[in-house]
Amino acid sequence: MMTGERDTMVPVPPARGTTRRGLLAGGGAVAFLGLSAAALKLPFFEVEGARVEAASCVGKDISETDKRLIISNWPAYIDPRRKKTSTASVFTATYGIEVDYTDDVNDNSEFYAKVKNQLGACEPVQRDMMVLTDWMAARMIDLGWIQKLDTARIPNVVDNVIDPLRDLAWDPDFEYHVPWQSGLTGIAYNADAVGEVRSFEELLTRSDLKGRISLLTEMRDTMGFLIKVTGGDPSDFDDDDWGNGIDLLRQVVADGQVRAFTGNEYIQDLAAGNIDACEAWSGDVIQAQYDNPAIKFVTPEEGLMLWSDNMLVPNLAEHQANAETWMNYYYQPDVAAKLAAWVNYICPVKGAQEEMEKLDPSLVDNPLIFPDDETLSQTMSFMALDEAQITQYEGDFADVTGG
Amino acid sequence: MASTAGTAPVAVTDIKETKDASGRRRGRVGYLLLLPAVIWLGLFFVVPFYSLVATSLFDPSGSDSRGYEMTYHVANYWNAIQDYKGPLLRSLLYAGIATGICLVLGYVLAYAIAFKAGRWKNLMLVLVIAPFFTSFLVRTLSWKLILADDGFVVDALQTLHLLGDDGRLLATPVAVVAGLTYNFLPFMVLPLFASIDKIDHRLIEASGDLYANPIVGFFRVTWPLSLPGVVSGTLLTFIPSAGDYINAQLLGSPNQRMVGSVIQSLFTDANNYPAAAALSMILMLLVLVMVLLFVRRAGTEELL
Repeated sequence: MMTGERDTMVPVPPARGTTRRGLLAGGGAVAFLGLSAAALKLPFFEVEGARVEAASCVGKDISETDKRLIISNWPAYIDPRRKKTSTASVFTATYGIEVDYTDDVNDNSEFYAKVKNQLGACEPVQRDMMVLTDWMAARMIDLGWIQKLDTARIPNVVDNVIDPLRDLAWDPDFEYHVPWQSGLTGIAYNADAVGEVRSFEELLTRSDLKGRISLLTEMRDTMGFLIKVTGGDPSDFDDDDWGNGIDLLRQVVADGQVRAFTGNEYIQDLAAGNIDACEAWSGDVIQAQYDNPAIKFVTPEEGLMLWSDNMLVPNLAEHQANAETWMNYYYQPDVAAKLAAWVNYICPVKGAQEEMEKLDPSLVDNPLIFPDDETLSQTMSFMALDEAQITQYEGDFADVTGG
Repeated sequence: MASTAGTAPVAVTDIKETKDASGRRRGRVGYLLLLPAVIWLGLFFVVPFYSLVATSLFDPSGSDSRGYEMTYHVANYWNAIQDYKGPLLRSLLYAGIATGICLVLGYVLAYAIAFKAGRWKNLMLVLVIAPFFTSFLVRTLSWKLILADDGFVVDALQTLHLLGDDGRLLATPVAVVAGLTYNFLPFMVLPLFASIDKIDHRLIEASGDLYANPIVGFFRVTWPLSLPGVVSGTLLTFIPSAGDYINAQLLGSPNQRMVGSVIQSLFTDANNYPAAAALSMILMLLVLVMVLLFVRRAGTEELL
C-alpha cells in the first residue's frame, strides 16, 4: 500500500528517511489495522451456540383453524401428487388439509446449513415438517431444534413401524422422529461390463475396476463399509478403527481406483458406462433396472448399511397437529404400499407387504422393498457421533474426497 | 474503488458550479451522491469481509452447539496451508493453464470478430454470450456427455491412438481444464473484443507503410494497443476459475479437487468454519498478490 502511494506521487523528490506525508500515511495504516483488529472482537462477529432449550421454543399450533401443512422432502420421494388418486391428493380430500410440498432437500449438510441460523436462534423456518437422514435427525434433536410429537395422535406409527427401525438409541419411542422411507446401501454393478462384484473389498481392489468405480459422498455410508473391511465394527468403533478405514480410503483414492465421490448422480454414470460398479442405494438401483436390466444390486459380503429418512417437526412449526395427521395417514398399510410401489425404497410400515399384493404383485417379494429376515440380519448401522467426532471425522473424510 | 471515489464528486461539482457558488453545498451533494455506493459496499462487502476475517481467527475448538469465540487464533492459517497446499497449488495451476488457453483462443476469436467479421459482427458477439442463457451447471454437465468414456471424442482419440484403449478423458486434469476453459472463455473474449475493436486501422496500415511485415506489425502495433483487454480478460478469467469448484467436482476425480471444493466441504460437511474461512482468505490473498504482480509487470496500473 505504502509503496503504491509513493509511486503515484512522482513529483516529490525521492526522500530518504521519514517525510511528514509518509509518517501520516504510516500512522494512518497502523491505526486502521489496529481498529480493524479490535473490530474483529465485536460480539457481532462471534457465533453463538446453536443449541436451544426445546421446551422454551415451542410454536402455537394453529392447525385447527388453518388447515395447511408445509413439507420439505427429497426429490422423487412421493408418488406424483397431481393425480387425483395419489396418496397426497387422497390425504387432502380426506382431511381437508392443503399440503404445500417442496422437494428442496438435496443434501443433509446443505439443508442443515440452510436452517441453522433460524433454528439455532429459535426463529421459525416456515416449515411444519422436514425429512432428514438418521444422523442428521439425531443431531437436530440433540440441538433441541425438533418439537416433541404427541404419540397419542400417531397410533399407526407406534403400531406399524417395522422392527429393525425400533429402539434407536437417539429416539427409541418415536417422540421426535418418524421414518418416511428407509433404504439399504450396497453395491451396484453393470453386468454387461464386468463380472459380479461380491464384496466391498473386491470393489476397492479388483484391477479390472481401476478408475471405474464410484463411492458415495455420504460419509457414514462409505466409511461404514471401509471400517468393516478393515476389521472394525461401524456401529461401535474407536479412533484406531476409524484411522484404519480412512487410511485404506486414502490409499485407494491415491491409486486411482476411485473415479468419483457422488450423490445420486452415480446412477447416470453407471447407465452411461463411465463407471462399471459403485456403492449404491437400493431404491435408485430398482428404478434404474426398469431401463437397464443389466444393472444389478448386490448385498456385499461385508453386509448392508440400513438407514432411514425421517419426518421431523421443527421448532415453532404452526401446524404440528396436521403434521401428525399426515404421519398417521402414511402409516396405514394400504397408503404405505401405494407409496412404496412408486418410490421403490424400503417400506417402513408393517402390513404394507400384504397390501402390495393387490397393487403390484411383482414387488411383493422384492427384498429391497420388503426385506426378508435374511437381508435384515446382514444390516449394519453407523454409530452416533458427538460434535467433536463429527468435525474430526467429516474433516478427515472431506480431505480424502474433496467434498 | 479509489478512482471512482475521487472522480464522482468532481464531476458533480462541475455541473453545480455555474448555478451555486457556495462551496459547502457543492461538497454535500457530492457526498450525498456517494452515499448509496458507500452503504452498499459497507453492508455487502466490508461487513462480510470482516466477518470472514473474524471467522478465520475463531478458536477451532468451538462447535455449533457451543458457539465460536474470536481468539485471534492465527495458527488456523498455518494449519490450512499445511493441510491443503496441494489443492491450493493445483487450483492456481489449473486456473493458469485455462487462462492461457482462453487467451490464445479468445484473442483469435476477438480479433476475427473485430476485424474480419464484417456484417456478422453482432451475430458473432451474440453467439459468444449465448451460452449464458443456460445454467452454468447444465453446461458443465453436458461436458460429461461430450467427454464420456463411450463418447465420440474419446472414440476418435482412441482411433488416432492419441489415447490408449482403456484411456479416458473424464476424471482427468484434461477434463477439468477443458471445463474451466469453456466456462470462462466469454469473460476473456468480451474485454479483448472491446480493446481490439477500438484500434485505429490506420495505425496498422501505417506500420505496413513503414516496412513492417504483418507479423512485426501485429506485435508492435495491435498487441500493445490491445493490452488493456488482455489484462482485464486475464483477470476476469483467472480469478473466478481459481475459486471454481463445479468443474473439478463434476469433471474431475478426487485427485483433481480444487481449493473451492475443499472450502465448500469444510463449511457444509465438516462444519469447520475457522479452517474454511482461513483457506478462503489464503486463496484471496494469493490471487491478490498474483494479480498485483501481473498488473505491475504488464505496466497497466491505470486500468485498475
